[in-house]
Amino acid sequence: MNFFNQSKIFSFINKYHNLILVFFLVVLSLGLIEALIISPEDYLQGDSVRIMYVHVPSAWISLGIFSSMAFLSILVFTFKNKNLVIITKSLAPSGFVFTLIALVTGSIWGKPTWGTWWAWDARITTMLILCLFYLMYLLAWRIFENKDSVVKITSLITIIGAFNIPIIKFSVDWWSTLHQPSSIKILSDSKIHESMLVPLVIMTAAFALFSLLIFLMKYNTELIKIKNKGLDRL
Amino acid sequence: MINFLSMNGYGVFVFSAFVFTMINFLGLYLIVRYQLKKEQQKFAEKFGKLNLDKVSIANKQKINKEILSASIFSKI
Repeated sequence: MNFFNQSKIFSFINKYHNLILVFFLVVLSLGLIEALIISPEDYLQGDSVRIMYVHVPSAWISLGIFSSMAFLSILVFTFKNKNLVIITKSLAPSGFVFTLIALVTGSIWGKPTWGTWWAWDARITTMLILCLFYLMYLLAWRIFENKDSVVKITSLITIIGAFNIPIIKFSVDWWSTLHQPSSIKILSDSKIHESMLVPLVIMTAAFALFSLLIFLMKYNTELIKIKNKGLDRL
Repeated sequence: MINFLSMNGYGVFVFSAFVFTMINFLGLYLIVRYQLKKEQQKFAEKFGKLNLDKVSIANKQKINKEILSASIFSKI
């Protein structure tokens, strides 16, 4: 498959790495100005609502990355494609960091809003479980040395962990939790005001660009690791 | 300025959330960048130790040349 030509991917990443970095910094700066200065305070939560602009995009991206990893792991089991394994592995570090950011910023937001740093609320608990799945995935690559076993184990971790994704999404509808039901809906009108939606979208774009940047750098690192082993075998 | 930083008493919470996020971004970027540079350097060193026959075999793979040129440019 030409799409998976490693040489072309490597050269593409090298060529556009700096461009993506600059683009990310520009979008992030715009997002920070919108989030911290231009956007209004909430009538109930006051200025603490600004934490939403780092908390929500992090949570969305961590869920998106894990869903992609689970989908790719199913493809790995089906097609036994090594490149899909590298792609899945390269997605994990940014996914883990975004989950951690979502948990910590959520905790910081919880103190002024709910009066507590932590609660065993359904959404928070399931996000913590997601963080543990990311951790298990990353640790498995370090612990297991047999390549075939590690691919099977890590794929299983992501596929089992994927069952947690719909639980995270619908936890606010299924159970009575501290979290409010979702304000942004793709299929119907969103309940969030435009003045808050704009910074949220810009920050989400910035975070997505950052995860793309990390993914591409990690992918190149993994490719070079393989080629290093190839040189040993010459 | 003080009003902006205090954010009606929520400044500590808001800025600690933003600073935590940015520190994580910077940390992750630096770690991944370091790992990439280390592997590029390792590759360049291994490539330099190959004999002529092995170099010609390695050069048949376009990606090896790409990695090598990337590691040379990153040192400049």
